[in-house]
Amino acid sequence: MSILIDEKTRVILQGFTGDKATFHAGEMIAYGTQVVGGVTPGKGGRKHLDRPVFNTVKEAVGATGATASLAFVPPAFAADSLMEAADAGLKLVCIITDGIPAQDMMRVKRYLMRYPKDRRTLVVGPNCAGIISPGKAMLGIMPGHIYRRGNVGIVSRSGTLGYEAAAQMNALGIGQTTSVGIGGDPINGSSFLDHLMLFEQDPETEAVMMIGEIGGPQEAEASRWVKEHMSKPVVGYVAGLTAPKGRRMGHAGAIISTAGDSAAEKAQIMKSFGLEVAPSASELGSTVAEVLRRKPLRRATA
Amino acid sequence: MDIHEYHAKELLSGYGVPIQPGAVAYSPDQASFVASELGGWHWAVKAQIHSGARGKAGGVKLCKTYHEVRDAAKGMLGKKLVTQQTGPEGKMVQRVYVEVAEKFERELYLGIVLDRKAERVRIIASSQGGMEIEDIAKTSPQAILQVIVEPAVGLQAFQAREIAFGLDLNIKQVSRAVAAIMGAYRAFRDLDASMVEINPLVVTADDRVIALDAKMSFDDNALFRHPNVSEMRDSSQEDPREAEACQDNLSYVGLDGDIGCIINGAGLAMATMDTIKYAGGEPANFLDVGGGASPERVAKAFKLVLSDGHVKAILVNIFAGINRCDWVAEGVIKAVRDIGIKVPLVVRLAGTNEAEGRRIIADSGLPIISAHTLAEAAQKSVAAARAADACPADAARASAMAGELMP
Repeated sequence: MSILIDEKTRVILQGFTGDKATFHAGEMIAYGTQVVGGVTPGKGGRKHLDRPVFNTVKEAVGATGATASLAFVPPAFAADSLMEAADAGLKLVCIITDGIPAQDMMRVKRYLMRYPKDRRTLVVGPNCAGIISPGKAMLGIMPGHIYRRGNVGIVSRSGTLGYEAAAQMNALGIGQTTSVGIGGDPINGSSFLDHLMLFEQDPETEAVMMIGEIGGPQEAEASRWVKEHMSKPVVGYVAGLTAPKGRRMGHAGAIISTAGDSAAEKAQIMKSFGLEVAPSASELGSTVAEVLRRKPLRRATA
Repeated sequence: MDIHEYHAKELLSGYGVPIQPGAVAYSPDQASFVASELGGWHWAVKAQIHSGARGKAGGVKLCKTYHEVRDAAKGMLGKKLVTQQTGPEGKMVQRVYVEVAEKFERELYLGIVLDRKAERVRIIASSQGGMEIEDIAKTSPQAILQVIVEPAVGLQAFQAREIAFGLDLNIKQVSRAVAAIMGAYRAFRDLDASMVEINPLVVTADDRVIALDAKMSFDDNALFRHPNVSEMRDSSQEDPREAEACQDNLSYVGLDGDIGCIINGAGLAMATMDTIKYAGGEPANFLDVGGGASPERVAKAFKLVLSDGHVKAILVNIFAGINRCDWVAEGVIKAVRDIGIKVPLVVRLAGTNEAEGRRIIADSGLPIISAHTLAEAAQKSVAAARAADACPADAARASAMAGELMP
């Protein structure tokens, strides 16, 4: 098993015919992902990469039975495309786009709430590398070959640091069930917590690596949940120990952050909730290996 | 992006937030002239820099005559003002704002921010204006009023009223405060601000409510749809290297160390800096070249890193996802040849076509130290910087040897 996507997931691309989308759609197809079509308004009825192009997401979903989408849409139109995907009933939308206005994401997240929970869209990103379930499917822009099938889940804010973690694990023979990049923007479609919950339910996942960064309350919130609800070990890391303190003009931001924002504080919070914290970025793989060694391996049932 | 007080007031005033008459001046004579044009009896002369806490640092002067206005402006213009928020280097004052001064009875605080946890806009107010809001939060948290704005409908009048009554205003003042709060919120929403701070928001004896100071910051991602706001950028208030990097779409932050860093991805960049520190060194900068890492961008990144005279070694760490290591390697070699880099250079390439990339670096004949893992890259760059310390003239060669000798 894996989370979010597997070899059966039917995928469309939003902004299908653009250069970057075309390149990455090709990579995804080569990896074995079931890319069943795409959307570019005004180009409906054509074929692109031997797959049908539609004018609207609703048409694409109706014709192909797609449940997931990868959005390659310029920042100015990103919010619109996410709301369109939600309205068309897609289960999952991963958005790679970097530079989306924060207030647009705020409105998107509010919009998602208008659908009942059982048909609400999960948004991954923006400003992320995407999702990969090694050996099964890829919904993103990562180099597929650095991942291998295995039993560790990765959830990371940073794309390239997620690659680094996978490569270090790979070198030690440790593979992944799924690796998710949740993106580096202030407002993410989905959080560490959303994905930890999915990894907890996935029978094949034995442990999870959570890679955070300075700023925001997400890591603390997720760590608390791990302590209270998670049966699987979680290895944490927070980038930005040497990052300079933010130079702000005003102070209004300071009083609303309840938990610590700095990397050191976050690592401390992770430890206090029982997570194993990798001492440095060069020990992501070895810390996971150590945790797996200590843990009596449960036999995967799936 | 931050803007000056006078720009923030100009914007807020357009949304119905009451301000005092004022004008900007670039010279002492202009300052006294605008004071005469504004009329009134007293004026505040305020240094325009991107920082708060100007009053305590001598950046705000109350003047009773045109002469005093000119002297105050003369004392500020062309000088660096050091406040609690600028750091010891301070910020250059190139313009002053002359404002008609008026007596007031009360000082309030009003702030609007994007709350990352709630993923909503949050309004913060306090009856203890003029103070640092952090101090109020610490000493008397009950004095802070907060409301969260529902994004689907925006700030409602009842929420603004709750704040206004909570600030112990009388009914006349309440209606004016509501207009000010609603106006400030609309400015925040319509202009894609990330922060609006009015501190103090003052109440006069005749029940008027006025924004006496104002700060605004904007979401850089949304500037494309607010060209009027983009034009308010004052690059002289920003670190020159950071401003230059911004123009090239690179993300750069200068630090105090001596190991220059060029990395793709913000998370990996921070993690690499942390690893340098872990290996006993000090990073000189944060630099994210982005996903592309094209030869042009790599060349610009090298120039930027080398413009910091403290840099004794450079570490390039690229984890190629979209792009390929062989292509990045060619970019690095071209940059080294074109720019003529004198300090030792450690390059770590990983990801797509990494073997090819390493071979190109090795075959180039340049004294580039190659590293395979993140740990190795950090250790070699620290060793190279130390070698440069010991023997600056022979730094590149010595450290290349040190690099080869290391495991």
